[in-house]
Amino acid sequence: MTRGRFLFVLGCIAGLVGIAEALRSPDVPAAVVAASMLATTLRFATPLTLGALAGLFCERSGVANIAIEGMMLAAAFGAFIVGALTKSLAAGIVAGMVVGALMALLHAWLSVTLRVDQIVSGTVINIMAAGVTGFLSTEVVRRQAISGAGLLPAWRVPGLSEVPVIGPLFQQQPIAWVTLALVVVAHLVLFRTAWGLRVRAVGELPRAAHAAGVSVARTRYAAVMVGGAIAGIGGGYFTLEAVPVFEPMMTNGRGFIALAALIFGGWTPAGAWVASLLFAAANALHINAQQFGIPVPAQVVGMFPYVLTIVILAGAIGRVTPPAAIGQPYVRD
Amino acid sequence: MAPARPGIALRLDAALVPVLAIATALVAGGAILWAAGPQLEGPWLGLQFVAVAYLSLLEGAVGSRDAVIDTVLRAVPYAFSGLAVMLAFRGGLFNIGAEGQLTIGALFAAWAGFGLDLPAVIHLPVVLATGCLAGAVWGGVAGLLKARTGAHEVITTIMLNYIASQLAAYLLNGPLRDRSPLNVIAQTPKIAEGARLPDLVPGMHAGVLLVVAVAVVTWFVVWRTTTGFELRMVGANPDGAAYAGVGVVRRMTWALGASGLLAGLAGAVQVAGVNYRSTLGFNVGYGFDSIAIALLGRNTVSGVLLSSVLFAALRTGATKLQFRTQVSADIISVIQALVLLLVAAEQIVRWLYRLQAARAVAPAGDDEGREVAPVTIGSAETARTSK
Repeated sequence: MTRGRFLFVLGCIAGLVGIAEALRSPDVPAAVVAASMLATTLRFATPLTLGALAGLFCERSGVANIAIEGMMLAAAFGAFIVGALTKSLAAGIVAGMVVGALMALLHAWLSVTLRVDQIVSGTVINIMAAGVTGFLSTEVVRRQAISGAGLLPAWRVPGLSEVPVIGPLFQQQPIAWVTLALVVVAHLVLFRTAWGLRVRAVGELPRAAHAAGVSVARTRYAAVMVGGAIAGIGGGYFTLEAVPVFEPMMTNGRGFIALAALIFGGWTPAGAWVASLLFAAANALHINAQQFGIPVPAQVVGMFPYVLTIVILAGAIGRVTPPAAIGQPYVRD
Repeated sequence: MAPARPGIALRLDAALVPVLAIATALVAGGAILWAAGPQLEGPWLGLQFVAVAYLSLLEGAVGSRDAVIDTVLRAVPYAFSGLAVMLAFRGGLFNIGAEGQLTIGALFAAWAGFGLDLPAVIHLPVVLATGCLAGAVWGGVAGLLKARTGAHEVITTIMLNYIASQLAAYLLNGPLRDRSPLNVIAQTPKIAEGARLPDLVPGMHAGVLLVVAVAVVTWFVVWRTTTGFELRMVGANPDGAAYAGVGVVRRMTWALGASGLLAGLAGAVQVAGVNYRSTLGFNVGYGFDSIAIALLGRNTVSGVLLSSVLFAALRTGATKLQFRTQVSADIISVIQALVLLLVAAEQIVRWLYRLQAARAVAPAGDDEGREVAPVTIGSAETARTSK
């Protein structure tokens, strides 16, 4: 992500906080609005960042991924049900990662081995995740009256979490912290390891990678499944960190916004994270609108993140270059 | 080049995979039903349970006059939105936004139905046209963005779905809400009597005829006009189309606009023929279903019509299945997802039933291409490797 774009995003986030401040009702103190906006933004950015990182590994290897939504939804269910049955939140997260990776395995099998159109494959996975989790949530969860294992407790940074206004930023739940770490790890893995180089190679010029002795199929399988596991952590956010229940379709388009963040962030971890923060800030404004006493109908504010996604995708601020081999199955010859 | 019309054998071959996919998904669905049903002693009782479940599904879908009418009425919006997705597919575009276009179509059709005071003769056409126009604008925006800026239509159409549902929530709670004291939910007033679709037979509105007419027109436009030819060229190979002098930007906008028009018509017909008003949350689920219908119908007009009847029958019968077996009607969504998986990855079906690879098919841009999806979609690789 270029510096200009980075500053643009920071400016947008500041602008959104500014809008919240300008429209707030006089009864709500300015410091409360700022604190709440910042903390909510960081929290909402968690599933978006994880979804974008999931898409990052997948798409950098040349496999288009519009199935982030489905992977997260299925993982949210897996994390919930295993967490509830074992009464262990840690087991829930592991289950989420496994489910995410399995959905990714299906995507890899369809698009790498069977060479199904990758957009079709992604759609199949999204529809399948919606259908199966919807069915299981009525059949298993509601019928057996399964209740969740609760929520992950917040981890506080001693000292910093007591500071006014920015304090809430330093009391986040574990998945939010892990997400921040993963942004750094993803960058290091993708740009500083041999495996990362192989992933990028099969995503840019698979023929050359093949000639250099890299198995295109195996590398793509691995990258897609790593992405799926990360999407699985993102699924865990929904049922272990946000709310302790599973609801059908609860990912509510976050997987698609994550994909937009990935594109806007230029297929880099840091860019994806910053773009996720922007979408999260728009969402935070919507969620907090009522609490701040903002005199605009909630539905109108609610359109904002989606309109923003379209505007940004339409390249109002310059184009980005996708991985060269994205969407193309590799056929050895 | 290729022979002018495909023989009956080729048509059968094209239908074979979808039919086998449906059969396989029903068998797998039977296993799920068995697992989800009551604990039964031995396989016979289990099989019996599955048989009862599917028979009640069948009975609920076509077992009585009312059931048949329910199924047909449900198939109407499926057919319109399935045709919408098909049309975009043929242009190489993936319209996941049928749901939003349908919502917007219904919303504005309802507004035209209660907000305008027109003579009966033109009121109904105006209502339908308003729905079409609203849907076309909603879809066309995505097409324009794709063509001009490269913003992927999968994301923009989905975002437009969410914007449509927020817009509907706003309008149905605000300016368009039925203000009568008896109304407690987010919906418009009822549309004027003259704006309603007349009944074809008691209980079934004339929108069914409209489906047939629209299907014929769609077929004609896509396969028998220059516009349609250019559309399919863009779908098969956008660079080649541009090289041949086709205005790709114009065709993409047109494709998603026309696609949105059909989805908008689906919403308008629901308003004018079934609900007589637009209600919040009535249009959920059409987006994914219409994609499944287009894929199962292999992006052909006749395939889409058959698939929409099948999906409508499954959804209608599901209520009875749930009532009789106590298994959630959502089982239908699982079966649909399996059908879709097997149609998309037809190698699985071919492997399961030891079928030969797909017959050599002409390139999708060719007239013969009606039996296969465009190169960018689905069976592309099968078509390429089987030469």
